[in-house]
Amino acid sequence: MLLDKILESLFPSGHTVLVACGLIFGRGALADGDSIAVIGVDGRIPIGVDEAALLSGHVLDVIKSGGNEPILILIDSDSQRMSKRDELLGLNEFLAHLAKCLILANKLGHRTIGLLYGHTAAGAFIATALATQTLLALPGAEPAVMDLPSMSRVTKLSIEVLQEKAKSTPVFAPGLDNLAQTGAVAITLDPDRSLAHQLTSVLSQPVEREDSRDKLGKERNGRPKAADIAKRVYELARASV
Amino acid sequence: METLNYRANAPQRAKGSKRQVIVGVVASGNLEVLAERVLPDSECEVDIRTAAEGFGEVWQAVVADFVERRSPGGLKFSINDGGARPDTVALRLAQAVSAIEGERT
Amino acid sequence: MIIIASDKALPPNNTSASTDSWYESSARQRVENLLDANSFNEFIGPELRETSPHLPLFDLPEQFDDGMIVGYGRLDGIPVLVAAQEGRFMGGAFGEIHGAKLTGLLRAARDIAWLPVLILFDTGGVRLQEANAGELAIAEIMRALIEARFAGIPVVGLVGGRAGCYGGGGLIAGCCSALAVSEQGRISVSGPEVIETNRGLEEFDSKDRALVWRTMGGKHRRLIGGAEVFADDTVASFRDAARFLIKHAPSMSLEMLEAEQFRLTQRIEQFGTCADAADIWRSLGATKPQSIPALPHPDFVALANDLQEPHYVAR
Repeated sequence: MLLDKILESLFPSGHTVLVACGLIFGRGALADGDSIAVIGVDGRIPIGVDEAALLSGHVLDVIKSGGNEPILILIDSDSQRMSKRDELLGLNEFLAHLAKCLILANKLGHRTIGLLYGHTAAGAFIATALATQTLLALPGAEPAVMDLPSMSRVTKLSIEVLQEKAKSTPVFAPGLDNLAQTGAVAITLDPDRSLAHQLTSVLSQPVEREDSRDKLGKERNGRPKAADIAKRVYELARASV
Repeated sequence: METLNYRANAPQRAKGSKRQVIVGVVASGNLEVLAERVLPDSECEVDIRTAAEGFGEVWQAVVADFVERRSPGGLKFSINDGGARPDTVALRLAQAVSAIEGERT
Repeated sequence: MIIIASDKALPPNNTSASTDSWYESSARQRVENLLDANSFNEFIGPELRETSPHLPLFDLPEQFDDGMIVGYGRLDGIPVLVAAQEGRFMGGAFGEIHGAKLTGLLRAARDIAWLPVLILFDTGGVRLQEANAGELAIAEIMRALIEARFAGIPVVGLVGGRAGCYGGGGLIAGCCSALAVSEQGRISVSGPEVIETNRGLEEFDSKDRALVWRTMGGKHRRLIGGAEVFADDTVASFRDAARFLIKHAPSMSLEMLEAEQFRLTQRIEQFGTCADAADIWRSLGATKPQSIPALPHPDFVALANDLQEPHYVAR
């Protein structure tokens, strides 16, 4: 689904969302008349230090403007920008900072919702979509940790062998279904229905205090052990003091 | 991966009172050995999961030599092997016994 | 085949563990020597054999602790929660179990609300054989870490292992309250090989070790403000750093993130056009930037303090 169509369906009452150099900024009007801040990445651009700093600056502006305006982050990105300049300047800090801003916004009362409508991968995925409280996706979204050809190089297994293995487990191969099964994506939206209604329905659901993605991954048979291991360590640590 | 298991009688109980130790890491050419004091004093057991298949006889020889030299009575050794050479295996087994008997590894 | 199985094959007893190389130590040795003697109590230790449920699919050997050690101990009497990655097992990469242990530890730290956390990083990033689980584990760790910091808990990262601190590990490190890094402790998102593969040899020659160290190594990270303390490659130095940083770790707040935003945008403005780390060091005021890679630990610490005061409240 193209960004224009998505924005049209999300905000029938209007929006001020603009795209500049692949970055999305603006506000949309929700059905109840309230506004939602919109940021994001379009056109499959990589996220480097410059992009990350602009996005995090925007999140901080939303927090500073007071209130509890929700934040929607729309994602069609490449992975992090893989360059000497970005690493020289400390890309890890910029991506971590962006994630921190999104998570702090959430802690300070802003709902944060991610919507994957295209590609995303690796560090860009972690710093944006995976740093939101609720991650939504549209069919056709292509989240990936790493693409199969690169994975094939590292694991020294042919793409055919990897594809065969991917049939028995969602744990490593790219794709929306696999990431939904492991608990990353909460809800896949229906593009044929009003996205505004579907967003309103998500926003009206009670806010969960706990990060429940590991439990979701267990329910969906994508991550059999993570939730139990985290819970056991949690209980042992609490019992140690 | 190949799974191997060896049991042997050990004339003497391994010294000390530590219940368990772990030495080594699983990496190419390396292995980890978890030693646990869970068997009767006159028995020992070595459980191996190895990435290098088809070396059962070599393992048997290393284990037999180790049991004869150290008599690790009462100990169960569980090994995850990343394809270590026999001398590395022997070294780690010896380190595991020394550690559970109380020496610093 | 020659079989050596005598005690002579054992390494000599080291009576002064604290001078051991951090880089050369295993994760277990680091934990044991960093903390007060016999104070460490592991959660879900190797004897419970909670190994990766996914590596068998790839016919790869498992490790009983999945390359992650978590537990409770004392550092100079101070109770702490500790996590340590074994960089030699699967490159210290985050898999499902490996990551979930750290997630659980940080969630506990958040709710206990007074125990500091030490994370001994040694990782190449996500474990590709369980990439989706590893990626999500990193996201869950980051959220739990930030929530712990928001609750006022110091989360201190120590970076100086063989595998460095790459990929998602670099992002988690960037979320910590403070970092200590040694010369060997490379911190980066994309590794040298990844950049070379994607962008070509002209962009980054991964075989050029000097280039790798000066772009991603501990000295550069300390100089640009990516780490607060430059540690020597010994357990004792990391212990001093950990003790110090636990006390210099203010909690997460909007003001702090605004300060970080300022710090990071300033960095782009100041150094955004520099082609090499040496150019950055020169514009920081180093008169002989080419001599920095060879500077011994105390000399470098003095120089770094001169050129760039650590920013304890902008992270």
